[in-house]
Amino acid sequence: MEISLAHYLTLGSILFLIGIVGIFLNRKNVLIVLMAIELMLLAVNINFVAIGSYTDDLAGSVFVFFILTVAAAESAIGLAILVAAFRLRRSINVDDWGRLKG
Amino acid sequence: MPELQGILFYLFAALLLAAGAGVVTMRNPVHCALLLVVAFVAAAVLWLLLGAEFLAIVLVLVYVGAVMVLFLFVVMMLDINFDRLREGFWNYLPVGLVVAAGLGVQMYLVANSGLFDLQAHPNPKSYAAGESNTAELGRILYTDYLLAFEAAAVILLVAIVAAIVLTLRRRKENKSIDPAVQVAVDPAQRVRVLQIEAVKPVESAAGEDAGKPGKQSDGEGGS
Repeated sequence: MEISLAHYLTLGSILFLIGIVGIFLNRKNVLIVLMAIELMLLAVNINFVAIGSYTDDLAGSVFVFFILTVAAAESAIGLAILVAAFRLRRSINVDDWGRLKG
Repeated sequence: MPELQGILFYLFAALLLAAGAGVVTMRNPVHCALLLVVAFVAAAVLWLLLGAEFLAIVLVLVYVGAVMVLFLFVVMMLDINFDRLREGFWNYLPVGLVVAAGLGVQMYLVANSGLFDLQAHPNPKSYAAGESNTAELGRILYTDYLLAFEAAAVILLVAIVAAIVLTLRRRKENKSIDPAVQVAVDPAQRVRVLQIEAVKPVESAAGEDAGKPGKQSDGEGGS
């Protein structure tokens, strides 16, 4: 059972598709949508690490490092926006956020 | 040990996909967050198999230790009616499946096109005894990618400021102190000197009460 790069790429694409389906399923729930985005970022990171490792190029790892940084910042700000909007509307349902005026 | 590597890959890949599927379908968001933790740990093991040990550790520390705890905080802090959010949960499954199928076919064609099989890329990089992935990564991170590294630091700073600004809420009844006002105060605002006339006891009363000092107030009242 020699594991090739194609195995890792297939795993990454399946995980990415799970994330996409998750966004469609949990369309109303912003919290789960954020988690699905995290899943998709993880899938992309798996691809980066695998390609970087198999081609003996550390640039893949460096890229994953920066993606992790930006993803952490993104989820922190996303959750902060979620909390602020929840205080305003007492709900995290996207349908209740239909009129975001002022 | 290719056998062991294959077994570990399939084990943790299955765990990763199962946890990922659970994240997007579970009813309780706390379960979703915990399954996401499982997914991150499984991915970290896969990265260890690939020789990216530093990133595997960072994934566990940063994601499981910080980001997922943040998610759990938010899930538990907000009083959310999750049943209402589940209404029409499966309505959009067909659309999602169509989009996912289209993307999946493309990804499958690329991944299994023969560009990435064992003939093209035989083995992941393995490190000799003296060298490590962490040292290599650190070397190029602080030389070739120094500017990007600084930019990442700025992004993290912006994230801190933005998160605080977005969630900070000043309360009206707040009794916190303002140091500037405290330092700038002058004595006239704090100390008031009153000129009070000293009360002189009447001569006769003082003579009567001389033997009983404890009853002095009675003597004053009587005078």
